[in-house]
This record gives sequence, structure tokens and C-alpha cells, in this order.
Amino acid sequence: MTEPEPQLRIENLEISFKVYRGVLKVVDGVNLEVQPGQRVGLVGESGCGKTTCGRCIVRQVKPTSGRILFSSTRLGRTIDLHAAPEKERSMAGREAQMIFQNPGAALNPVFTIGDQMRAAIRYGSRENVAGRGILAKAKAAIKEVQIADVDRILRSYPFQLSGGMRQRVCIAMALATEPSFLIADEPTTALDVTVQDQILKLLRSLVERRDTGIIYITHNLGVVREIAELVYVMYAGTIVEAGPPSMLFDEPVHPYTCGLMESVPRLTGVGFSKGIAGSIPNYLVPPPGCRFAPRCDRAIDICREKKPEIREIDNGRRVACFVTGGNP
Amino acid sequence: MKEAPLLDVRDLTKLFKSPRGVVRAVDGVSFRLEESETVGLVGESGSGKSTVGYMIMGIVPPTSGTIRFKGAEIPADVSRRPRQLKKNIQIVFQDPQASLNPRRSIRRTLELPLSIHMAQRGRQRRQAVNELLRIVQLSPEYAYKSPTTLSGGEKARVAIARALASQPEVVVLDEPTAALDVSIQAKIINMLVDLQREMELSYVFISHDMSLMRNVASRIAIMYLGRLCELAPTRQFFETPLHQYTKMLLSSIPVISREEEELRPAKVSSEGEIPSPVNVPSGCRFRTRCQMATEICQQEDPLHIEVEPGHHVWCHLLSTGEKKQGKELR
Repeated sequence: MTEPEPQLRIENLEISFKVYRGVLKVVDGVNLEVQPGQRVGLVGESGCGKTTCGRCIVRQVKPTSGRILFSSTRLGRTIDLHAAPEKERSMAGREAQMIFQNPGAALNPVFTIGDQMRAAIRYGSRENVAGRGILAKAKAAIKEVQIADVDRILRSYPFQLSGGMRQRVCIAMALATEPSFLIADEPTTALDVTVQDQILKLLRSLVERRDTGIIYITHNLGVVREIAELVYVMYAGTIVEAGPPSMLFDEPVHPYTCGLMESVPRLTGVGFSKGIAGSIPNYLVPPPGCRFAPRCDRAIDICREKKPEIREIDNGRRVACFVTGGNP
Repeated sequence: MKEAPLLDVRDLTKLFKSPRGVVRAVDGVSFRLEESETVGLVGESGSGKSTVGYMIMGIVPPTSGTIRFKGAEIPADVSRRPRQLKKNIQIVFQDPQASLNPRRSIRRTLELPLSIHMAQRGRQRRQAVNELLRIVQLSPEYAYKSPTTLSGGEKARVAIARALASQPEVVVLDEPTAALDVSIQAKIINMLVDLQREMELSYVFISHDMSLMRNVASRIAIMYLGRLCELAPTRQFFETPLHQYTKMLLSSIPVISREEEELRPAKVSSEGEIPSPVNVPSGCRFRTRCQMATEICQQEDPLHIEVEPGHHVWCHLLSTGEKKQGKELR
């Protein structure tokens, strides 16, 4: 059987930023695949480069090296989102939409929701829509995110809505143009748990019904377990472990994933570990070998010298570590 | 007769005036804090939990209600509290970034409470600063750093050191780890738990994180729109949650293992959002989101009932039929 063509494939993605003091090597060789309609979770702590990866997919950040291949349904073939001719890129790029972390900041405060929805639809739609068509699309999109009072919402300014409502509007905006791919960057971090629960349910049912591929970026392990079919764990710009959530959460392999799991307070009240010693490395002078080696209590000599390749250890499970997960 | 609790908060109410009407931030909250225990004050944003913390501190004077410390009523306003009292009740603010003065070195930040409350100066004070840094597990060099050069976790440690400088008995912790990653949070929380034991501290721990509270609080109080819904010892609280809001909260928490999933109560579908505190619903505050709400919930405030010793609930569903047994708190 042949592997189905992935909708999105990130190959050896590296992203650096030039700053006054030197070069920040933020993303360091990320490989990631999303099959059509798959829900993928990208977890990591703040500063690990997960948002930078997401922004690179929607072309807000340029990669230093590596490729982002996207299978476009509108073009009918796969293109490199950062190397193809501009016309193709922008065409395919509109098929991927992003939902941002802070719905308050993502919406423009001086325009009504209706204005902003119309702009999003006009710009992002596949075919040319105008006038009534746009309004009808906007209304349909708002209805879909389970907001009852459609007309009032379209007339409102963002500040007149609650946080949960704003996030629903952002989701509606992203989905209004029927994208085939979504990047959700911590869409529920600013929300309370009961509202988070509603948004997660909504997002999940929407992507399942439309068969939209999604990368869900978050630092919350519980949230990712709820929504994703496949989880990538990121640390300091590298993917350290990947696998289906059931396996990954029950038996983490990479020392970083283990440390992270032990740090999470549990409802069972069994207490939690002392956390992970040290802090995230300085991106100006990252460790030459495994980026987790300086904080890892199982590190051996090779960890400090060579970068571990990510390798398959079990059905669908991958880990980038010299020490754990059996011998390569 | 039982000894007076360390802190006894009764019918605390805070109304703010705003152009759109009166904001009922906190509306009749009562609880006690015993010695060496941790009361977890949990609620969603806008529930008034931080305002309760500020009222205990006297930073926000309550509209009505009393606060007793070791049995004696204390002035509502911090400016009228005797110094000895201020020394004994301290706070760690939510955002260490905003609560540390960027122009003061850590040494000067920590020296201030030492001079005011402990009458220390010179070498003695320098040693005290080092000692404070030691107990929050920072090396002595940190004394000469500026808060702007510290990471989030280090700032949280400095904020804790500052609160502990006057050797208080009660510490209000207002989401001290809300902005931190879990691996850092774990370190800070473990430190707080150790310090509580060593220094015999009592915590009012304000948080929105139920899983965290399960691990650190001895009793948990749930707030919703300025009122208490349920107050119980932690174990009881999680084993037999009674209020519909508590059940909704608990069943909404994303967890990371199967054991935890089994512990959550049966799914109470979460609906709606917390209403505006300017326009609070009549009767039970939660009725607009409660699936079990009946007519009485709209008409009358729910009575307080003590279901089991120490397990308090404010809900009509539990009080109907049991009304005769419903007795006043304390």
C-alpha cells in the first residue's frame, strides 16, 4: 500500500532571526506531516518555536532553509509555499487559515465584525463573490460557530463582545472561506475552562465535518490530548517526540516529554515532580548536540556532540534521542 | 469552644460604581483560614476572587463585611492597619513583571520590607537579603540584578521572597504561577509547599486551575460572579462535588490520563459564559447556565447548607426538602 500524499509536509525547516547580538537559531530542523483531514497537535513550552512554525506556514515568517510543501486543492498539485511563483503561492496560501491566540488583538477595534468578515471573505474566497453573496456567507459562517444573534454580532465592534464570542468570530472568519487547512495557535489560552470546552468541541466538530486538516498549537497537554490524533512535542526549536496521544501520554519516551508530563498537576492529587532543572537554551549559542542535553539527567557524551535524528521506534511513534527508545 | 481561626472573613461585599451601573464584584463571601492550611479560592475570570484577596490585604476596602485576624476585627483600609498587622498579612501579586519595580535592584526590593517591618539595617539587613534569596533558591548574586534581566520563574521567586521578608503568618497568593510554563510552575509550587511547612504559613491561594488546587489546597472554595457556590475539604470536594457549577467546571478540565478522566464527574455540558457583574441574574447567579434551574432559582437567593461537616453548598436543588436543616453559616 502506498502512503497517501500528505496535505502539508514540512521538511528540515530552519528559521533564524538576525538580531544585534548575532543570529537566533530558533527553529532547528523541524519535520512534520499532516495528512488530509488529520488533527495534529504541536505542544511545547513558551519560546520553543511552535508559533514561529505556524507563522511560517501562513507565510508571515520566511524560512532560512527547508521546505514547506502544501497540496493545494485549488491548484490540484503540491507546491512549495515559499519557493513557488508568487501567484501560485498566494492562491494556495489562502487555503490555509490561521486562528490566533489572542482574539482581542486579532480583530481590528475600529471596524465592525461585519466589515472584517466581509473583507476576509472577499480576499480569501475561491471564486469571486460580491455584495449579497458576501453577506450571506458571513451570516452562514457566524451561524456555524453557534452564535444565535447573527445580525447583532455583525453590527458589533470587537470590544462589545466577550472573549469567548470574539474567539468564535475569529474561528468563523477563518472558516468562512472554506479553507482546506487550519492552523490554530493557542485559540483557547485566554479563555476560561468552561468556554474553552465549548470552543474545543466546536472546532473539532467543524474540522471533522469539513475534513479540514488542522495543526493545533498549544502548551496545554490536556487540550492536545482532547483534540489531536497525532501529537508532536517540541523543545527549543526541535521535534523531540511524536506519536498518537494515547501512547505518548501513557508512556512518554523522550526525557523532556517525561519531565513535562511529571510536571503537570493531576486531578488525582498524587502530587507532581520538582519540574525540569534549568531553563530553555540561549538561541544565540544553542547547545551543539541535543538541545535538551544541558538539562537532561540521562545525557551521555554523544548527546552533547551530535544532534539526534528523529527515528521510528514503534508503530507511528518517533523520538529524537540517543539514550531512550531502544538502540537505533 | 474552638479557638478563633487565623483569618475569618464574613459577608465580604465589594461594589464598584461604573458609568453603566453598579458592579457587584464580590457579594457576601465568608470563609475561614485555619493555621497552616491552604484555602484555594477558585473561579473563572470575573468571579471576584482577586478582589477578595485585595480586600484581605486592605488594598481595596470592602463596601461591607468584616475581616477578623485571630478573633479581632481589623480595619478595612490598609492605611489604618497597625504595622504589626501588615507585617503578618502579605501578598504575592499575580503578575511579578508588573509588581516588581524595574528601577530597583532585587536587593533594594527586598530591603524595603526588611527595614519597615523588621527594623533591620546595615550588615544584618544584607545578611537577611541573602537568607531570603536562599530560601527561594536563588544565588546571592541575584541581589545585584534588575528585575528586567530575570526570567518569569525568577521574578516569581523574588516576589515570593519579598512577601516572606516580614515573616508573615498569612500569605495571599494571587495566581503566582499563572504566567509560567508547567515545568517552571512545578518548581515554584513545590517551593511554596516546602516553605509553608518550614515557616508555618497559611495560604489563601487564588487560582483558576483546579488540577493545581487538587494538589496544594486543604480546602477549596468555588466562586461564581461574586458569590461562593461550594466550599469543602479538597478530598471531599473532588469525590462528591454537589453544585452544578462545580460539576461543569470539573468536567470541562482537559486531563492527560485515563485515571483522571475517570475521576471527573459525568459530563455537564458547558453552556454560555459568565454574565456581566453589572447585570447580575436574580436569585441564583448561576441559573442562566444551569440545566437544572427551576423557578425558585430565579426568585430566591440559594440558601447556604452544610451537607456534611465542612462541606458547604449554596444551591436550591440541594436545599429544597432540606430547608429545615439549612442553618446559618456558623
